[in-house]
Amino acid sequence: MLKGVITVMLQQNVLDVQGQAVQGALKHLGFESVEKVRIGRQIEMILPTEDREAASLQLREMAEKLLANPVIEYFQIDIKEA
Amino acid sequence: MHCAVLVFPGSNCDVDLYKAILQIKGATAEYVWHKDTDLDRFDVMLIPGGFTYGDYLRPGSLAGVSPVIASVKKAANSGKLVLGICNGFQILIEAGLLPGALLPNQSLQFICDVVPVKVTQSESPFTSSYQLGDILRLPIAHGSGNYYCDEATHKELKSNGQIAFSFTPENNPNGSDAGITGLLNEQRNVLGMMPHPERAVKQWLGSTDGLGLFQSMLEHHKA
Repeated sequence: MLKGVITVMLQQNVLDVQGQAVQGALKHLGFESVEKVRIGRQIEMILPTEDREAASLQLREMAEKLLANPVIEYFQIDIKEA
Repeated sequence: MHCAVLVFPGSNCDVDLYKAILQIKGATAEYVWHKDTDLDRFDVMLIPGGFTYGDYLRPGSLAGVSPVIASVKKAANSGKLVLGICNGFQILIEAGLLPGALLPNQSLQFICDVVPVKVTQSESPFTSSYQLGDILRLPIAHGSGNYYCDEATHKELKSNGQIAFSFTPENNPNGSDAGITGLLNEQRNVLGMMPHPERAVKQWLGSTDGLGLFQSMLEHHKA
């Protein structure tokens, strides 16, 4: 069994208002020097296979079809032992 | 003009939309559950507002891959009218029927208000009852209505006349790119919009400015 991890982030040129708000709150806590906070999403799933290459292809297809929106987001795929 | 009002788990403007259609003489409506795929008997597909699937993942993303959406795409390709309002707009974008993306409002606040909305394209099956430049008073109620697209897409939208409705520069509540809040596809038979015309069909609702949209669709159907 493998664990697929897809990390989805907003593209750099898309304004991340959530990240900005969190950056402001971090400043209130005294983390003045923090710059460019960006917030994304991580999706984990178990895949009943040992074939990393097939799993990678499948995860990519999932990301492209649903999990990430290519207009505003990019994604990264990691595969681990489950 | 027989209209399908699509219903997803989490739709909440379906009844408003259904009742708005019944205001229009010559129009009928029927609810269609999102697992149904036979839309052949309908002339118009309507996707109401709400919070389908709790807005999980991204607003409209999970509804955008529902079984009924394949049939909506088929209907759109055959030239039938498709209208998505609010979450319906988000669904059309996620389904790839309209370009761009809808980001969280710049203020991060959910905005519920009645705002001026400018008609920026009157030559379409949805807006022919209006005059170019008309300012409508329409309700908005959304958390992710901040329209975004890249520069090349924006240029294309402008030159094709696909921008149907815009907020005025003095009153852009969500930070949308150039105030865009109503978008046509290139063929102009698909419209997505954040404002709610179905909530502006009776004087006691505060405005009747939404009626023109449904009237336009009926005129198009009769023609």
